[in-house]
Amino acid sequence: MKVHEYQARQLLQAAGAAVPRFEVIDSADQAASAYQKIGGGQVVVKAQVHAGGRGKAGYVVLCNNPKDVEENSRRMLANPMVSKQTGSQGVQVRKILIAPAVEIDKEYYVGMVLDRARSAPVVMVSKEGGVEIEEVAAKNPDAIIKEWMHPHLGLQDFQLRKLTNALGLEGDHAKAAAKIMSALAKIFIEKDCSLAEINPLVLTKAANGKPGEILAIDAKFNFDDNALFRHADIQAMFDPTEENPHEIRAQKFNLSYIALDGNIGCLVNGAGLAMSTMDIIKLHGGEPANFLDVGGSVTPEGAVEAFRIILSDPKVKGILVNIFGGIAKCDVIAEALIHAAKEVGFKVPVVVRLEGTNVDRARQLLAEAKIPQITTATDLTDAAKKVCAAV
Amino acid sequence: MAILVDKTTKVITHGITGKAGSFHTKQCLEYGTQFVGGVVPGKGGTKSEHGLPVFNNAFDAVKATGATCSMIFVPPGGAVDATMEAAAAGIKLIVLITEGVPTMDMVRCKKYLNDAGVTLIGPNCPGIITPGQAKIGIMPGYIHKPANGTTKNIGLISRSGTLTYEAVWQCTTRNIAQTTCVGIGGDPVKGLNFIELLGMFEKDPQTHAIIMIGEIGGTDEEAAADFIKKNVKKPVVSFIAGRTAPPGRRMGHAGAIISGGQGTAESKIAALKSAGIHVADSPADIGAKVATVLGMA
Repeated sequence: MKVHEYQARQLLQAAGAAVPRFEVIDSADQAASAYQKIGGGQVVVKAQVHAGGRGKAGYVVLCNNPKDVEENSRRMLANPMVSKQTGSQGVQVRKILIAPAVEIDKEYYVGMVLDRARSAPVVMVSKEGGVEIEEVAAKNPDAIIKEWMHPHLGLQDFQLRKLTNALGLEGDHAKAAAKIMSALAKIFIEKDCSLAEINPLVLTKAANGKPGEILAIDAKFNFDDNALFRHADIQAMFDPTEENPHEIRAQKFNLSYIALDGNIGCLVNGAGLAMSTMDIIKLHGGEPANFLDVGGSVTPEGAVEAFRIILSDPKVKGILVNIFGGIAKCDVIAEALIHAAKEVGFKVPVVVRLEGTNVDRARQLLAEAKIPQITTATDLTDAAKKVCAAV
Repeated sequence: MAILVDKTTKVITHGITGKAGSFHTKQCLEYGTQFVGGVVPGKGGTKSEHGLPVFNNAFDAVKATGATCSMIFVPPGGAVDATMEAAAAGIKLIVLITEGVPTMDMVRCKKYLNDAGVTLIGPNCPGIITPGQAKIGIMPGYIHKPANGTTKNIGLISRSGTLTYEAVWQCTTRNIAQTTCVGIGGDPVKGLNFIELLGMFEKDPQTHAIIMIGEIGGTDEEAAADFIKKNVKKPVVSFIAGRTAPPGRRMGHAGAIISGGQGTAESKIAALKSAGIHVADSPADIGAKVATVLGMA
């Protein structure tokens, strides 16, 4: 699960990290008062959406007066943001974050992820802050310094010192950075993150005799979906408007559905087989419209809902049903298919490939139902060829 | 021969009275696996519907039955606790079927098991089967073909469930038997991985070739390719699922995600091919590829 930047800043603040003041508004009418609350001067106005590429799209701007803040807020809230990550329709902006602009001396990257190969969380830092860490990893991997967390003992102080040293920080700056890293690690562990990132962590310019400060300017957290059951506070941060409505509908029926761009709908049991079914469609010249794993213990209601979701996508010009019955039984799927044909109606061809538990009964059911849109396939290749030819 | 489990393996089920635990214990018993009891806190002293003794904890179960293997069906919140209890009680092989275990729980649990010298399969996996001898998991038994002195046999390692059944079925229908099939699970942190199992199959005299089924996410397949190049003489056939998966999306399995440019199918396939592994382009061609490398086609 993803959260917005303002929610990430709230989490960091609560964990004791130094975060600049900020205000969140959902209407341009609140802009002027938010501007005053954070103390005026130069501020940064940032659209709160999960998608990246905000800066280039013009959805992160510097403003110097309340009128400027209000106009930009109004523009962002009224017009969907289109960036490299959003697709051509863009995403609707519903909240705006306003924070004081800071004079940056240096920018750093601090992040924490799971290192799958070592089965342990790893903290990564880099002097090349403010850019995508993937870019740094690709161009200059030596610029990323890593410390692995002991699964039982947590991140140690000596490791924090190593990391701040690697960033070239000294004295109070090193201590301040260590405190922020420690807060980040605390959130990662306590809230079951899959990604925790501060990018950039900045050292502000010294001014008027005051030394520069270490501040977390932008933060990003992703959470382990499997652990959400024990974090009501994180669940409450979920923003359904950022998700595909079909995907949310599917979750309610324990279906794992992901919308894609193609025109062949897929209904499969098992995640690996579902991915392979997409792959074999592509291999035979088609394009999958979705990933859909109905799971091992699919109910007739769940299977019918799966057909409804696939058929509600106007791009879908054909459907491939691929079931290898193990725990899921072929006859349950066949019955759901017949039910869906009656209830929803198939306006597109449906190619069905069934194998495994209760396959004979399933084939008999389908034969007796005589649904004109349904074609059966003998094996996986036959099924893929037939559905690709049909769309 | 086989690896890890055979007809002498004594198994207990954690969560034997739950819906899934009870159903699958029954299926495993019918297959001929030696199940000797179950663990359900608070139900010690009773019998399961299969007539097996139920114990309050793994310690009592191991003491009374001599079990060395545990199949765990405990829900995500308690799965890791049950796993560590089994390890503490002296169980040597744990098959953790549960899907949805928090990743950080697995990080802590894996370290605990490694320190204790206990082997884990899973979580989020179909389990392990040595056809004709022992089925410890949720896979349909009948699709498998037991190995004997005259059959050509494969050993199978997979991150997927149903895709494994697909591959097994393609082998069985071509008269290719299986020594042991291990579903290592679809999670990012897990017990046994490709490398350990490749080593075991390489040493197993009855296994003639190995099928390795991977998918997007992580770099385990790349590590396995490197291991095979150096250590495995037997032919390896592989398939990688998820060539068409979009980056940044979790494809059903918690571990099936391309993130930060890592974990793509292309990278895995390139690594496998450069190690001389036979990679099937289509999931429908796994069986045919195996038949070819075994000289049966």
